[in-house]
Amino acid sequence: MMANASPSSLTVEKAAALLGRRARWRWAEVLFWVVAAATLFLWPERHLILNEIAIIGLFAVSLDLILGYAGIVSLGHAAFFGLGAYVAGLFAKHVTGDPLVGLAAAGLVAGILGFATSFLVLRGADLTRLMVTLGVALVLGELANQMSWLTGGADGLQGIMMGPVLGLFEFDIFGTVAYAYSLSVLFGLFVVARMIVNSPFGLSLRSIRDNPLRARGIGIPVNRRLVAIYTVAAVYAGIAGGLLAQTTQFVSLDVLAFHRSADVMLVLVIGGVGYLYGGLVGAVIFKVLQDVLSAMTPQYWQFWIGLILVLLVLAGRERMTDRILGLWRRLTGRSAKAVDATRASTPVPEVQP
Amino acid sequence: MLTILFDGIAYGMLLFVLACGLAVTLGLMNFVNLAHGAFAMAGGYVTAVLMNRFGVPFLATLPLAFIIPAIIGLVLERTLYVRLYAQSHLDQVLFSIGLVFMAVAAVDYAMGSQQQLIQLPSWLQGRVEVLGIQVGLYRSFIIAVCSVLVVALQLILTQTRFGSRLRAAVDDPRVARGLGINVSAIFAVTFAVGSGLAGLGGALGAEILGLDPTFPLKFMIYFLIVVTVGGTTSITGPFVASLLLGIADVAGKYYLPGVGAFIIYTLMILVLVFRPQGLFARGR
Repeated sequence: MMANASPSSLTVEKAAALLGRRARWRWAEVLFWVVAAATLFLWPERHLILNEIAIIGLFAVSLDLILGYAGIVSLGHAAFFGLGAYVAGLFAKHVTGDPLVGLAAAGLVAGILGFATSFLVLRGADLTRLMVTLGVALVLGELANQMSWLTGGADGLQGIMMGPVLGLFEFDIFGTVAYAYSLSVLFGLFVVARMIVNSPFGLSLRSIRDNPLRARGIGIPVNRRLVAIYTVAAVYAGIAGGLLAQTTQFVSLDVLAFHRSADVMLVLVIGGVGYLYGGLVGAVIFKVLQDVLSAMTPQYWQFWIGLILVLLVLAGRERMTDRILGLWRRLTGRSAKAVDATRASTPVPEVQP
Repeated sequence: MLTILFDGIAYGMLLFVLACGLAVTLGLMNFVNLAHGAFAMAGGYVTAVLMNRFGVPFLATLPLAFIIPAIIGLVLERTLYVRLYAQSHLDQVLFSIGLVFMAVAAVDYAMGSQQQLIQLPSWLQGRVEVLGIQVGLYRSFIIAVCSVLVVALQLILTQTRFGSRLRAAVDDPRVARGLGINVSAIFAVTFAVGSGLAGLGGALGAEILGLDPTFPLKFMIYFLIVVTVGGTTSITGPFVASLLLGIADVAGKYYLPGVGAFIIYTLMILVLVFRPQGLFARGR
């Protein structure tokens, strides 16, 4: 990435080989997607919940991009999700019912907001970032509430009519087309995200996460990188929100609520931060848990979610993911050393001037 | 106009009492405790339960509304929080959100999801006219109590040995420890007092802010605004910030009801962007 520095060609080759190795698809990953595609045919009665899982999974992948790779702790990621949902809903209502165009619009508008607000998160430490991201989400929530002529306010945005996907597949009430649609979008975006994080750009993000000061020292334009990844993550979240609006044909203020931001963080943390699949695995576990718990105690399932969160942190989140990753490595037969070198999980203390 | 100012000051004072414990937690241990509102809720419910179920007079419940959350705070601090000081902010956030979820659901389970109503004693109800201003008696009471608390806190912080140790620990925990100050003991005590104050604030505010199981979530953002905008290096910063926030919120709701909390959030973002350490922070 720094051509004029002319490092020895050997180093370049080694780096390229490393990146190539990291980018290779492993059999477990292929298996994961094959299983996901198989549920489309084998489990038709669960397509509605699977659709939700796919959407939350995409949302969590989006958070993983900034949290797991760039180390930005956000408590307001629902801002982009909700914005995308509203844009997709309004677009379908007032412009065209074509889902893909609407999705692109949702991603675009969320991306613009992400780009604009990314400059706000560049400043300050974790707490300031937390507050700023939370504040952005609150402002949007407040706006959506006040502009009820546009958004429907507390009643929600109703009367969204979606056209068929690609002009061929009408959405059905069993959610089969919806799930196939969400899953395809998820897969497409996941592949792109995978390419992003395995590129030199993705590596530079990790170095920023682990030590911003030194990353700057070796010539990485820290702020530009953070702006870029924050924008990309916003696009992803916007598309996830758009998917929700399109497949449920309803948008309520709930999409911007604080608990969305908290939930997605929980999803990501359950699945593990910083390896993309965490968001997807977490989404599956979260939804199943929610299903089981709310069947057991309809009103109080949040208590158990909270308990899981507390226990997860107390038991050592990183230790747990490391152990699972270790198992994974043994299964896939990669030497632990090579992975440890690329995945430095120790948090770096804040540099205080 | 002046009535609004008065109400705003009362509201701000209340916010300060609620949030000052959080300022210390954040400033002293750099711990992001989103569950602070849960202690306030505990205090509110102590008062509500004692008054409505056992017929204890309002004033007599206030000390208990301080002590019980303080004890809960102390126990939680020693058993759970203390393990998390060295962890990343992400872990702290997750942990405290988890606590909030648990508190919300537990209170919902135990007390029901409805608003808790508190019957104020008759001498605190109504309004009187002072110098041409309509003044609510209960709000004057709140201002009086909170002013006493603020002065007491300020005196403790600046005049006592404990206060100077605390300030030393906030400024530089490592050096303070090196000087033989027992920082973790100071922190435990401060955490307990902060939780107790939050509980007291919750009890005092039950009438004005409302009290239901979602209290910790609803007011979390307000506490955080007070602390981040005010800065964590002194108590005057959060105090001024809470007054500003209180007045702005009451005035905003009165004059611009259509805009709602929008302005406050926007202002907070702007302040944080230009002064990430808070409005009144000393340069570090």
